[in-house]
Amino acid sequence: MLDILLSSLGQVFTLSHLLYMMLGVSVGLVVGIIPGLGGIAGMSLLLPFLYGMEPSVALGMLMGLVAVIPTGDTFASVLLGIPGSSASQATVIDGFSLAKRGQAARALSSAFLSSMIGGLIGAAVLTGFILIARPLVLAFSSSELFMLTLLGLSMVAVLSGRDLFKGLAACGLGLLVGGMGMAPATGEFRLNFGLDYLYDGLPLVVVGLGIFALPEIIDLLVQRGAIASEPCRLGEGWRQGFRDVRRERGLVARCAGFGSLIGTIPGLAGSVVDWMTYGHAVQSAKDKSEFGRGDIRGVIAPESANNACACGAMVPTLLFGVPGSGSAAVFLGGLLLLGLQPGIGMIETHLDLTYTIIWSLALANILGAGLCLGLAGPVASLTRVRFTILAPLITVLILFAAYQATRATGDLIALAAVGAIGVLFKKANWSRPAFLIGFVLAPGAETYFYQAVQFQGSAAFVRPGVMIIGALILAVLFIPALKALWLKRRQARGDGDTTDSEAATPADRTRPTFGAVDVLLLAGLLGLAAFAWSDVAGLSLLGSVFPKLAIAIMAVGCLAETARYVLRRPQWQEQACREELIWLAGFCALIATILGLGFISTAALFCLAFLLGIARLKLWTAAGMAAGVVAFLVGMAHFLTLTYPSGFLDPWLFS
Amino acid sequence: MRPLKSRQTLATRLKRAAGLGLLCAGLSPLVLPATANAADPDVPDTIKWTIPFGVGGGTDVWARFFAPWFSDYLPGKPTVMIDNVPGGGSINGANLFAVRARSDGSQWLGTSASTQYPAMLGDPRVRYDYADWKPILATPTGGVVYASPEMGKDADSALKALLKQPVKLAAQSPTGVELPVLIALEMLGVDINPVFGMRSRGEGRLAFERGEANIDFQTTSAYLSNVQPLVDDGKAIPLFSLGVLDDDGNIVRDPTFPDLPTFNEIYQQTRGKAPSGNAYEAYRKFFASGYALQKLVMVPVDTPEPLVETYRQAAREFIKTDQFKEEAAAQLGPYTPIVGETVSRHLRDAMAIKDETRQWLITWLADKFDVHLATR
Repeated sequence: MLDILLSSLGQVFTLSHLLYMMLGVSVGLVVGIIPGLGGIAGMSLLLPFLYGMEPSVALGMLMGLVAVIPTGDTFASVLLGIPGSSASQATVIDGFSLAKRGQAARALSSAFLSSMIGGLIGAAVLTGFILIARPLVLAFSSSELFMLTLLGLSMVAVLSGRDLFKGLAACGLGLLVGGMGMAPATGEFRLNFGLDYLYDGLPLVVVGLGIFALPEIIDLLVQRGAIASEPCRLGEGWRQGFRDVRRERGLVARCAGFGSLIGTIPGLAGSVVDWMTYGHAVQSAKDKSEFGRGDIRGVIAPESANNACACGAMVPTLLFGVPGSGSAAVFLGGLLLLGLQPGIGMIETHLDLTYTIIWSLALANILGAGLCLGLAGPVASLTRVRFTILAPLITVLILFAAYQATRATGDLIALAAVGAIGVLFKKANWSRPAFLIGFVLAPGAETYFYQAVQFQGSAAFVRPGVMIIGALILAVLFIPALKALWLKRRQARGDGDTTDSEAATPADRTRPTFGAVDVLLLAGLLGLAAFAWSDVAGLSLLGSVFPKLAIAIMAVGCLAETARYVLRRPQWQEQACREELIWLAGFCALIATILGLGFISTAALFCLAFLLGIARLKLWTAAGMAAGVVAFLVGMAHFLTLTYPSGFLDPWLFS
Repeated sequence: MRPLKSRQTLATRLKRAAGLGLLCAGLSPLVLPATANAADPDVPDTIKWTIPFGVGGGTDVWARFFAPWFSDYLPGKPTVMIDNVPGGGSINGANLFAVRARSDGSQWLGTSASTQYPAMLGDPRVRYDYADWKPILATPTGGVVYASPEMGKDADSALKALLKQPVKLAAQSPTGVELPVLIALEMLGVDINPVFGMRSRGEGRLAFERGEANIDFQTTSAYLSNVQPLVDDGKAIPLFSLGVLDDDGNIVRDPTFPDLPTFNEIYQQTRGKAPSGNAYEAYRKFFASGYALQKLVMVPVDTPEPLVETYRQAAREFIKTDQFKEEAAAQLGPYTPIVGETVSRHLRDAMAIKDETRQWLITWLADKFDVHLATR
């Protein structure tokens, strides 16, 4: 055992191994930084080299790629508010808020440092755990998996705070949208309205970009100025980030440990881990007021978990051939291409290779985070650039990323549609994370519930694992309330002075506000509920029960919110969003032009027009930037064999 | 708008970036590698091989394994470029190929069981027709059905126990690769309760290992690497294999599992007669298109015949080499790819499913599992 550990360590430090791993790390960083690409694009770059390579060297290269993707995508989520992949969605919330407050360098450096530590902890856990993981992985049956998705969903309550009903409605909408496509139990198609595109449901990348990135862009355009509204000092932020991680070392360790364990459970993976750890950070914090507005803990928690999770995901991939995450699935393909069949053989006959993988994972995490740390300072200065200059570039980047989800026209249209929901949600302060959590967990919640009932019947819910997770959910839901009650009582018994002043503020805050967008959303969602109900009414019981449940959650949330308004006489709040809607209409017009002319030509024209007309740059600067966009798109298409909507102009100009 | 502190330097930087952008745009045509090495006028320089699955999936890995072999053995060593078009469980990519592919030999399609099955079932999303394509090569696979030792100590007692109690199998979808297995178990008289929604056969195996499912099925390579160790430990009892097709289209024992009876043998043994009727017709067709011809390399039917023959000849040549045999053992399992007319014949036979058989299948799925397929 120890000799194998050491000999594979020696293997990792050979020159060829290091060189190829560097190649993997660099490719991983590039595809991680560019939103929408992720592990799959990186893999298609490396796979041609893979064939015929020495397995241990090739594994180092692949591992380098897979390990750093959750590191690289932090750039886009912190600086631009674009969730590059599923691993960085929770990072967006506080990371981008910090960037807006001029603390991008702080957010980035603490994100990378906690990524690195998380990855190292993950690799350390993996070293011992992989030998004994089989029984644990097998202990998680469909009923425990269902309970874990419920635990993820319970984070909605944590994140929506006082606006519980809005959060509930948003989550219901997310569940409904996530339930589009094929019913796992019966193979029926739901809510696809006869559109081929919707048969597979909406892609996560498109929903993430629409709900988070697009509303932020529009908001920044309305406000003008740069992303960072406060002056930023880069060097200071860098050191501050390091200090933050040191102060929050307990949080880092907990999230990394949790991440690596959740990663080992196949089928759940990265999608829940970042929200769960984010929720944990919120709950464990004494002062929760800054979450969502730029709390560094909201960056540290998911970032330390997602690299650890990528390590954990290797367990089911190597031991069972069942990938634990998207990039692990791609890694599995690489293994097969090298002629390695995953399975118990990976620890019986190929233990040396397995440890090579783990060592490479650890080393790649250090290298990746180190490189990113070096880049963090200079790249963070992007947030000081006037946003009208960045906006066209980011818009093109988002469209590029969305279209790579399934390479269908529908991707762009869905982006605009989800973006519209996002803009309204942002305006009226409805929880966008709640929507996303519902969306991400919908397939798991439905499939695992159905499977648990089918496999185990009523016995599914008396298993010890189920009870433990159930208790955890109750704790998440009720402990904060109990704690608040207890504090209140204690304060009531204490001196009167503080009670008065304390009580005055919450009373002011609890008075609900209410505006035109709220009315629009409530009416819209109730209408949608009725419409969706009629759509799924004709399906079989097993096929329709989940969407009906989602509709019910959404409707109950909306009705309860309405009741709250009626009972408590809300304060009318002006929610003017004319300007936002104009930008949104412009975005739709842009998509229409793309479909007509082709992506590359439209992108060039749009950048040129926007930079000249709105950002008022000099002609040749604008032309240069537009040309750069074209070069980027053409280069990507060439090296990664990507395609874009072709329209009628593109084939003429760029084929 | 707030004035920016470092506008001057920023402007310079932007100018530099813009200049760099211009430079890149100017240089990009020079950087693109020239692929003009036309040695053979027939074979295109670049072959675009559409794979209607994502990167890293089974069919993608399969194609990436074959691509360099084709490239090396074709005259002029064309570049074989893999183009992944995932979506709709391979239907989207195949639809696109059906509409767009040129028949000059420069465009190939890789299909798998999940491309074949929807076409056979009349899925309304399918807009391709196998009659519009010609096969170059097919790779077969086999599969083994195995049971939990709770069912019995050996295959015989487990098979008997299967008939006495409801049996659970973790499956992907009613029309997934498990379809022939479900039909086979139905024919044997097993009260089979599939639990759908697995994302891969691997997840199905996990459910078996967790003890949730008491019967499972894996294709050959997964069986050898992941189930054989369980069998050796006494944690799984192999029941029967699906067999393989011989040249005349008969189902015979799988050479990988010479000691394991095929489904046909088990049926003969328990029922006292050879399997027949609509259920068996359906089993045979779906077995042939999903296993005997699991993955196919296809070109549009109008592709010039000499060119198709060139492709097939290249395949025949590399299949014979020892290096291919050695590497294929790890990639494809212990089966030899089939090339040429045999594939066409078997494929035509498999895809031509009688309305009566399809109707039986649709009714059976509806009655037995409450699964209502959308059909054209």
